[in-house]
Amino acid sequence: MTGAKMLLMMGCPEVPIQTSIALYLSHKLTKLGFDVTVAGTTAASKLLKVSDSDGYYVKKLVDLDKTIVDVIEKRTDFDMCFAFMHNDAGMTYATTMSSISQARMYSIVFGRNADALAETIEFDCEKIVAQDVHNPVRLKNKLDKVMEEIVK
Amino acid sequence: MSCIEQMKYTIHLQKTSFKEAREYIEKNSDEVYYVSPGYKIFKDYYIIGIPPIAVGAKGNALVFPYTKPCHGSFVLSIDNEDSIKEINRLRETGKGKATASVKKGKSPESSKVSLTSYEDMWKKQDLEN
Repeated sequence: MTGAKMLLMMGCPEVPIQTSIALYLSHKLTKLGFDVTVAGTTAASKLLKVSDSDGYYVKKLVDLDKTIVDVIEKRTDFDMCFAFMHNDAGMTYATTMSSISQARMYSIVFGRNADALAETIEFDCEKIVAQDVHNPVRLKNKLDKVMEEIVK
Repeated sequence: MSCIEQMKYTIHLQKTSFKEAREYIEKNSDEVYYVSPGYKIFKDYYIIGIPPIAVGAKGNALVFPYTKPCHGSFVLSIDNEDSIKEINRLRETGKGKATASVKKGKSPESSKVSLTSYEDMWKKQDLEN
């Protein structure tokens, strides 16, 4: 899988653990040899840029809506996509990506209503669910196991 | 920013779930058509949504869902020369046009209890913030 194109799709950054997990996943996957692109809303991207001002953890940062258009117009696509979601809109964006892309989907569901939100997902994906808002450790541990499976 | 935000639009429903946006369009449009995620309308808006995505015609206005990551889903309508063209394009394609029974019946997802319960929680949280 080395060199496979990986998209990390960030939604609204209102729940704090999204930024830290996105930085962690991007760096970890890059070190494993994946070609990682992080897509975010304007606010999510600014949070990431300030946290990683030298671009050490995130090599490619792009606009979420523009990326979706590029996939629809077949200018780009990905092998795998990790979609962050803590609200209905995040789930709606992920569903759209699953419908327009050939990428294997991983749904990262977090926040206070994570379990209920995860149940509403109707597209084919692996769900990584943690009912956490501030502490990213449980979600990080679950993602470590997913990454182990991916590189097997 | 898509072209939609620079056009004259009417907001019918705001900060809601996608499912509720779909149901509103189904109940409040003269004609309902179903499109896939990424269906392009107007100059450069590609619809974000959960299939089946309902797009309606009410008079000469196009009624459609609009989802923003931090604000949830909206139902907007645009009534101008371009909306008439968009409605005609949907009529010509004719795919997934709703019959009266579909329009008034349950949406494909509405039987799922989990959706309703999640929406209630989401709304409650939104009100608290």
